[in-house]
Amino acid sequence: MEKEQFTLTIFSENNIGLLNRITDVFSRRKINIDSLTTSASETEGIFRFTIVVETSLSNVERIVKQLEKQVEVLKAFFYKEDQIIHQEVALYKISTQSLMHSKKVEQIIRANHARILTIEPEFMVIEKTGHQSETQALFEQLKPYEILSFVRSGRIAIAKPMKRLSAYLAEVGQAL
Amino acid sequence: MNTQIQDLETAQANTSSKIRKKVTGAEALILSLLEEGVDTIFGYPGGAIMPVYDALYHYDQQLHHILTRHEQGATHAAQGYARLAKKAGVCFATSGPGATNLITGIADAQIDSTPMVCITGQVASHLLGSDAFQETDIIGISAPVTKWNFQITKAEEIPGTIAKAFYIAQNGRPGPVLIDITKDAQFETIDFEYQKCQKIRSYRPVPPLNHQAILQAAQLINQAQKPMVLMGQGVSLARAEKELLTFAEKTGIPIASTLLGLSSFPTSHPLYVGFLGMHGNYGPNVKTNEADLLIAVGMRFDDRVTGDLKRYAQKAKVIHIEIDPAEIDKNVKADVAVIADAKEALQGLLPLVKAQERPDWLQEFAACDQTEHDQVVSKTLAPNTPKVKMAEVIDALSRLTQGQAVIVTDVGQHQMIASRYYRFAQPNSNITSGGLGTMGFALPAALGAKLARPDREVIAIIGDGGFQMTAQELGTLMQYQIPVKMIILNNSFLGMVRQWQELFFDKRYSFTEMANPDFVALARSFKIEAQQVQAREELSSGLENLLNHKGSFLLEVVVEKEDNVFPMVPTGESVSNIRLS
Ligand SMILES: Cc1ncc(C[n+]2csc(CCOP(=O)(O)OP(=O)(O)O)c2C)c(N)n1
Ligand SMILES: [Mg+2]
Repeated sequence: MEKEQFTLTIFSENNIGLLNRITDVFSRRKINIDSLTTSASETEGIFRFTIVVETSLSNVERIVKQLEKQVEVLKAFFYKEDQIIHQEVALYKISTQSLMHSKKVEQIIRANHARILTIEPEFMVIEKTGHQSETQALFEQLKPYEILSFVRSGRIAIAKPMKRLSAYLAEVGQAL
Repeated sequence: MNTQIQDLETAQANTSSKIRKKVTGAEALILSLLEEGVDTIFGYPGGAIMPVYDALYHYDQQLHHILTRHEQGATHAAQGYARLAKKAGVCFATSGPGATNLITGIADAQIDSTPMVCITGQVASHLLGSDAFQETDIIGISAPVTKWNFQITKAEEIPGTIAKAFYIAQNGRPGPVLIDITKDAQFETIDFEYQKCQKIRSYRPVPPLNHQAILQAAQLINQAQKPMVLMGQGVSLARAEKELLTFAEKTGIPIASTLLGLSSFPTSHPLYVGFLGMHGNYGPNVKTNEADLLIAVGMRFDDRVTGDLKRYAQKAKVIHIEIDPAEIDKNVKADVAVIADAKEALQGLLPLVKAQERPDWLQEFAACDQTEHDQVVSKTLAPNTPKVKMAEVIDALSRLTQGQAVIVTDVGQHQMIASRYYRFAQPNSNITSGGLGTMGFALPAALGAKLARPDREVIAIIGDGGFQMTAQELGTLMQYQIPVKMIILNNSFLGMVRQWQELFFDKRYSFTEMANPDFVALARSFKIEAQQVQAREELSSGLENLLNHKGSFLLEVVVEKEDNVFPMVPTGESVSNIRLS
């Protein structure tokens, strides 16, 4: 079956143990989670998970139903790339020396619209927000200057359709 | 109107019970169970749940606690109880090994949609995560096999959580819930007040009936030439037996049953065409691939029912009536999905479907029945072997009980034979472990079932292998004088595995032959009357002794060692290619 990338958004109660139940829906089908982010949502007390996976359409449809089957999940959605606006943030730690020695690093930072968060005597931290391809491109460009440490966040995403969570819940006779 | 006063009034109206001052968490738990109408608990004590057992001591008039001989036995007993009482079964266990011993039964209840509330004791909250004595992360362990679980660390959480536990276990698609209570929360005191749970904002047990879907379904039904109903346990869970009967009689549609659906439609009814799946009847299996419409009612298209999905029901449209949306399109794509309780859906359909008779279509099933009779049933029932065959026992039992008993089966050949040959005449008469196929299920489940319905004859049909997985529950029968009837169909083999070895592994009987104890002596050591039947001539009198005895009784029937269950749809095969020999 054809695999594609899907972004799932799950709205839930904020309860201990729910993360386990959510990841189990994927792991029991041996589907790897490429990224997972949890945060508050626009509604007070409602938590939001953003999960990126690569799998088939039929699998993701079943997964969304099994996620919604969890008692503490209010609603789950899945989206293809063109239905969402998404971002990730990456941090790069490189030695301050490399900035001193080469004009190149400064040019790379400017060209990539990245910014320097801090400069210490020994190291500096660069931040870049964007799609994974963009943060990866910066990674490749900085590589020759020795990246001491690198980290990229999970994806966060906002869906394009204007319908709000409360409207979906109202349709099925639920209210927040 | 002054909203404050209004709020106050509704608050008072909602308060179902009075406040009780300064009760311990343990007593609050007991009071909560009483509020939920619990009368029977299956359990086993230990350090971390001792405060609860101490509180229980004072309530032994209202709460009947059954001390099983193993926590697994407690779970299966609770399952058997739940299936007949039509409400959640309740289990108690201590932390660590007590809690882990519950897991098989919980997994069984999850896959077979049985409402159950398990309460486990846990180490004190300040010890959580420290590998304390008998600490185990039962919330983590049980999460994949529970509908919901929760750990309580404060007494004040007890009433609300228990109310939620029963609501979740019993509403929507039923299932098991586990509540873990730390020992300090059991000791802590609170002012007790109870309110039943009416609603959980993140959980919708049953969606409102979709009338559009009902109309579409009715249209498909009215157009169909060769429709067939696949009835699952959803029918009995929704208590929709009457509605299904009316629906069938109006539309003239034949009814086939899954393993867990058995007994929800009278076996002798002219529209009943039999048992679906791997060891089911010939007609309903092959006709699945000739039908032009399948109406699945409260079933989930398990692989044991469908065989190879690529060659399943290719000519049929599918109406899937199911309460759990996650079952829709999981295995078989539905043309019309009715996400609803089976009773509600059938009530919705009834006025919209045309009255019809379908003699030609039924005749096709009758022809299949004849084939199955000639090639399988008559041979299986023929008294032509040195030892009795399992089917002869079930056939005789069915005759003697007139199909009125509750049949609780274990897992293996005897289970399939009992499901095939017992002619169920009453609803709620079939208790078995279907989805998980748990050997050792029957004896404790029968005990729970009998406690739920003392007025009914409860007969456990068990293999020699499975009996030895939970045989210690004979002690429970003895202690509480529970009159359960047991039939061991003893082939001295793990028969079902041996059958597969014979058919698919060139008769390499790798570790399936069993040296068995003297079952009669074993039962008698528990002060339970018992008898062994060796010869065919003794069978009727043996069964009569079993049925006439007042207390529990164990009948061991020594059956043919190497008999096979047919028909059979081999794994991965199409239901059309069902083997008759
Ligand atoms: C707990 C458990 N372990 C293993 C199995 C696999 N299994 C299925 S049927 C069967 C044989 C059962 O033997 P017995 O209880 O004697 O029944 P028979 O098939 O002989 O009637 C086994 C081992 C199982 N279903 N459950
Ligand atoms: Mg056996």
